[in-house]
Amino acid sequence: MPSRSEIRPGRMPPEVHPQAFADLHPPLDGHEVRVAADRCLFCYDAPCVSACPTGIDIPMFIRQLATGQPLVAARTILDANIMGGMCARVCPTETLCEEACVRNAAEGKPVEIGRLQRAATDAMLETGRQPFRRGAPTGRRVAVVGAGPAGLACAHKLAVLGHAVVVFEARAKAGGLNEYGIAAYKATDDIARREVEWILGIGGIELRTGARLGRDVTLAGLREEFDAVFLGLGLGATNALGLDEGGLAGVEDALAFIERLRQAYDLSGLPVGRRVVVIGGGMTAIDAAVQARKLGAEEVTIVYRRGPEAMGASRYEQELAQTAGCTIRHWARPAALSGEGGVLAAVTFAVTQLADGRLVDTGETFTLAADQLLKAIGQTFVAGDVREAGGLLDMAGGRIVVDAERRTSLPGVWAGGDCVAGGRDLTVVAVEDGKRAALSIDRTLRAAMREAAE
Amino acid sequence: MADLSVDFVGIKAPNPFWLASAPPTDKAYNVERAFREGWGGVVWKTLGEDPPVVNVSGPRYGAIHGPDRRVIGFNNIELITDRPLEVNLREIKEVKRRWPDRAMVVSLMVPCEEASWKAILKRVEETEADGIELNFGCPHGMSERGMGSAVGQVPDYVEMVARWCKTHTRMPVIVKLTPNITDVRKPAEAARRGGADAVSLINTINSIMGVDLDRMAPAPNTDGKGTHGGMCGPAVKPIALNMVAEIARFPATRGLPISGIGGIETWRDAAEFMALGAGTVQVCTAAMVYGFRIVHEMMTGLEAFMDERGYARLGDFVGAAVPNVTDWQYLNLDYAVKARIDQDLCIKCGRCHIACEDTSHQAITATKDGVRHFEVIDEECVGCNLCASVCPIEGCITMEPLVNAVDRRTGRFVDGSYRNWTQHPNNPRAQVAAE
Repeated sequence: MPSRSEIRPGRMPPEVHPQAFADLHPPLDGHEVRVAADRCLFCYDAPCVSACPTGIDIPMFIRQLATGQPLVAARTILDANIMGGMCARVCPTETLCEEACVRNAAEGKPVEIGRLQRAATDAMLETGRQPFRRGAPTGRRVAVVGAGPAGLACAHKLAVLGHAVVVFEARAKAGGLNEYGIAAYKATDDIARREVEWILGIGGIELRTGARLGRDVTLAGLREEFDAVFLGLGLGATNALGLDEGGLAGVEDALAFIERLRQAYDLSGLPVGRRVVVIGGGMTAIDAAVQARKLGAEEVTIVYRRGPEAMGASRYEQELAQTAGCTIRHWARPAALSGEGGVLAAVTFAVTQLADGRLVDTGETFTLAADQLLKAIGQTFVAGDVREAGGLLDMAGGRIVVDAERRTSLPGVWAGGDCVAGGRDLTVVAVEDGKRAALSIDRTLRAAMREAAE
Repeated sequence: MADLSVDFVGIKAPNPFWLASAPPTDKAYNVERAFREGWGGVVWKTLGEDPPVVNVSGPRYGAIHGPDRRVIGFNNIELITDRPLEVNLREIKEVKRRWPDRAMVVSLMVPCEEASWKAILKRVEETEADGIELNFGCPHGMSERGMGSAVGQVPDYVEMVARWCKTHTRMPVIVKLTPNITDVRKPAEAARRGGADAVSLINTINSIMGVDLDRMAPAPNTDGKGTHGGMCGPAVKPIALNMVAEIARFPATRGLPISGIGGIETWRDAAEFMALGAGTVQVCTAAMVYGFRIVHEMMTGLEAFMDERGYARLGDFVGAAVPNVTDWQYLNLDYAVKARIDQDLCIKCGRCHIACEDTSHQAITATKDGVRHFEVIDEECVGCNLCASVCPIEGCITMEPLVNAVDRRTGRFVDGSYRNWTQHPNNPRAQVAAE
């Protein structure tokens, strides 16, 4: 019997899409901003600031917002985090600033820092004005590889400091995962693109898209041509399930699914399965599962090999998926895929448990009928692009090793974002990496300039 | 069940909560709505001579807001009633007839001439109102015409007009005092000399509520120009409490009945005024912000408080706090307290630390063993109450008296002794007396 794929478009009437994919956290209006801002206690040595990877002076920007100066507040945010607008949308604030808010201890409800940050940064973005100016030209040129959050944050700070920057981006658009890899309802109104344009508005940053490291440019070549190089490469590959995928149709990376959705002009043309299984426990798993439901999948099941507390997705994100109608099944790993006529039909799972701290199979199995399987089990750094540096680039756990200033082991080369070892793979962490690297690059270049002058 | 009824200088009312002379008491319609909600009495908005005054047709009110736009201060530039005298008198008479058990006091303001007062008193008496209140407090508009606070700021005038009124009417006379004066005891004393039965205070405080930085004019304003108004609301309560206490404990005015006014919003506010000697209280701003229904909270709350404390009637606690109001020089300098932070209640905002560290005595830690931790350093704490004042959690920081213990800041043993400034060795005058 020929099998007809259940992965097809039009599972949801098109008129439902705008509402289904609307802003997850709609902006606060003026009154809501005042009420939310009033709750900030202006703490001493505020725990929320310590919890922010970019160290935004949160009590100060909230006070500036409360006193009717949203642009001044935005400046406070952007000084620390040039992607404050996107971070206000995609940061898991419930595990960062808002988790640290003392209001949790007072009444179990933090100040809505993320949404207040959005109010301020939206106001700035709406003016279209760039509050920063390019520094006096230093005559130094820096190559930034990767136009994701780390690369753009680095490039902007370098421009502020007066250096000329060329950003090399392999893909057609800048923005990295903000543009390609985050749920649509977290990045409505083309915010990722608008923020990139606004950042580049400072001037002095040349963006070359379609330029891939290892294909169109080489690290050696960049080191030759530029005074410094920053690598913000991201993670180029996704992890494999480690079982025979048999070339079945309907099996793909969750990131590819999200990317297709983010880049679609018309969601009604976007195919989705009837019964979708998502493997993984991180934010990408949630983003893929929730969006599959919103596109009209009848059954969406997230399967994760450990318990809820071990999931990379916060409790809030897990509940978001459950509210959207997704089922989350814990303690199971995919063991086998079965298909009919080359098309996925079911996934068999092995039930897992912890034994002496190790994850083992219990011997039980269960099978879920599925026509679409989305893999969200993490990404891997593709080291091949930089390996041509002759093995001089120190790696750990498959990622680039950097010091506190984000210097690699290779002189003149800095790195940041998901491609470096040890970080939490978050936009906000990548921004901090880019910022710190830029400051370090600036110090290094200026020291060399002084030396040359003497 | 506690008895809330009052007999204030012969004016009887089922409870001490009266509406002050102000916009809420300008018409029969409003006053009857108030009586239906349970208010014990009203002071009818100030009557004057015909022709009626004219109000601005722009903003009359301004406010300062606390968090969530709670009105914490309010001001107005409204004048006395702008309705014809005859209309007001007719309505007063009708309302009093329909609500005989409620206090009906009529506020008055006419030029400083005996004939004017004599004439209006006669007409008010015909309404069978229970008493009159002399408006010597209004600080805007009318004061420019030689009335209101222009009278209240000159004790001789206060005395003179009070005497005229006592001469020409059988009704009890309450003199309403302005706080826009250096020493409120002086006009109170003058009122008593003139024969007034009681004083009421405070009237509103001269104020500009804000500045419109676009128009560079006071906010709110009338066609670009602003004038000071009279401020009231919760923010003025401490000023009013002090002035009430001053009159209650001043020998020349002690025992003079007081109707307390100024920022009263709750039963507790009312009880505080009463503890400092007010026999009744008057409310305006809270009613204007929340409506007349608030009187239920006031009545039920005061009743519950009195039941709990065993006060059968208001007289059981009116003035009870007055003996404990004293001059600074009699405060016990041998007494000492230390701040205590309840670690279970502390939310670790650190405001106590930074307040003390930046602006006071460096007596609160920020960390302990490298961990965020706020604790009082007894060796530095002077017991100033700043930390408890700025703490956002009620009851988290308390000021604990030292009892038979060494004050680790001074090394002095606190044994419960009493020594005030007049007895202190550092006081040069005390030393002179001792030698």
